[in-house]
Amino acid sequence: MSTSPARKILWAYVVLYIVILYFPVVLLPIFSFNDSATPTFPLKGFTFKWYEGLIGNETMLKAARNSLIVGSVASVGSTILGICAARAITRYRFRGKSAASGLIMAPLFLPEIIIAISLLVVLLGIGANLSLTTVMLGHLLICLPYSVTVLVSGFEGFDPSLEEAAQDLGAKPLRVLRLVTLPILAPAILSSLLVAFTISLDEFILAFFLSGSEPTLPVYIWGQLRFAAKLPNVLALGSLLIAASLILLTTAEIMRRRAERRLAGR
Amino acid sequence: MINISNVGRRYGTFVALEDIDLQIKAGEFFSLLGPSGCGKTTLLRLIGGFDVPSSGSISIDGAPMSGVPANHRPTNMVFQSYAIFPHLNVAENVAFGLNILNLTKAEKQARVDEALSRVRLVGLGSRMGSQLSGGQRQRVALARALVMKPKVLLLDEPLSALDKKLREEMQVELRQLQQDIGITFVLVTHDQYEALAMSDRIAVMFDGKIAQIAKPQEIYQNPTSRRVADFLGGMNFLETANMRLLGENVVADVAGFGTIANKRRGDEMIDPAKATLGIRPERLRIQWEDEKAKNEISGKVLSRHYFGEVTNLVVQVEGQPRPLSVVETNDFGADGIPVGSLVRIAYDEDAFVLMKE
Repeated sequence: MSTSPARKILWAYVVLYIVILYFPVVLLPIFSFNDSATPTFPLKGFTFKWYEGLIGNETMLKAARNSLIVGSVASVGSTILGICAARAITRYRFRGKSAASGLIMAPLFLPEIIIAISLLVVLLGIGANLSLTTVMLGHLLICLPYSVTVLVSGFEGFDPSLEEAAQDLGAKPLRVLRLVTLPILAPAILSSLLVAFTISLDEFILAFFLSGSEPTLPVYIWGQLRFAAKLPNVLALGSLLIAASLILLTTAEIMRRRAERRLAGR
Repeated sequence: MINISNVGRRYGTFVALEDIDLQIKAGEFFSLLGPSGCGKTTLLRLIGGFDVPSSGSISIDGAPMSGVPANHRPTNMVFQSYAIFPHLNVAENVAFGLNILNLTKAEKQARVDEALSRVRLVGLGSRMGSQLSGGQRQRVALARALVMKPKVLLLDEPLSALDKKLREEMQVELRQLQQDIGITFVLVTHDQYEALAMSDRIAVMFDGKIAQIAKPQEIYQNPTSRRVADFLGGMNFLETANMRLLGENVVADVAGFGTIANKRRGDEMIDPAKATLGIRPERLRIQWEDEKAKNEISGKVLSRHYFGEVTNLVVQVEGQPRPLSVVETNDFGADGIPVGSLVRIAYDEDAFVLMKE
């Protein structure tokens, strides 16, 4: 291997980049097993007690359950709406098409806090009670651009005559959807579900404004940070979330690749 | 079998098809031939039920097709892209339509096997679509449509994605297949040789209208318009003067050729003011020095274009404003006739083609 100065500098840059990006994340699980109420070095000893403390924590469990519900509804919802929108955008020419796709993408560029406040004003204005439902609606709004982006690229690689062929062979529209459209779009649909779920799961600002008395996990964690004594519990919870995300991402990616391989016939 | 009457299709202000009247007979191999954008694919899609006419009506086997979606029509289609379902293997692709019918497993299997053997794909049932060559994909698409036992098979440029050699093989094979099963085939193509080689009848289309419907020989030898003549192979359009009707004949003075009489076909109306006279390049024969023919013209070779089987000579004939294209067979020696030579060219009196416009 060459060890020219340029190469050394590049290596140093890469190492520094990775350390800055991931070191704090690695600290989280380390301190979560540390037998000390404050996250400081040197480490005091190994313990499971912060995790044990989570088990009986009803409020935390409820927040986690809320997050899962919101994430599931938002990801499924934005994927279904995304399929409709992506199909319309890629297959049809219609008046106001670019305006429609622009509006779908808008939440991506608007500051989230502005969206949150506007939604709050509107919801309160129409007399809606803040609940998980309002959080779901908010999350649907911000997940949709991601779902549409992923699904549009899925539809772009999708030959429209495949659907026509299925219809030609006697399949009614619903059968075409079930046996041809959805299986072929499976990788894109899976990606959309995953992206939307992850976004919803760690979304804080909208959830904070719209959740009322039913906090999601990020809102709960934020609340706990006010109490220094709860910090190790939060670290344990954070570590669990990281583990869960890793497992989720890996499984979904494996499934997606398997579906893609199947389509490519390899 | 297929009755298309007065069909039009508009997209906004764009007229894709206009006043299409066409009867396709049962068991006929019928081709819709024309340049891209002439409306031939639109017409095929109207027959298949993938699009609806803006005016007029289509009936298949006596049954009106208005309001009948593609999944309820007695037609099946081979798509230009073949549209092989990528998530299914060959056998599953072929069985796709059968799954909707109420068949026993054994019946289904028998029909899939029969279809695969008909297109010579036996043993490839478990392959995925992406593992197939272009020719095999085309066969799968064919088997998948034929297994449904349609009354009409629609083919949308099915051979355009194949290389020349394979395309020519498939032309023979498709024609043979159609003769064997005896159902109606409607083929869309922009390749005149393909249409000539395979069809019982051809409809030549330009700009959303049918220009001529006839048998291959008829359409090649007696094109009704300059456009049809030009689209199907080469044609030398001749400069004529004083074209007139004389009894059964249309007579014209053709510079270089003399006075040429052309018999009128049937009771066809010919307007001498609009008609054009032409001659196909292969009906002009270069003469050996010792040969003498009854009808001869002479000219000078301007350029030569070598195609392997034949060479195309461009010859300036005295009196004609445009040089004529002449087919030279390769029996004039390895180097053929050099550019600049003076040649004598023979023709037959019946070789001229009279076009109405």
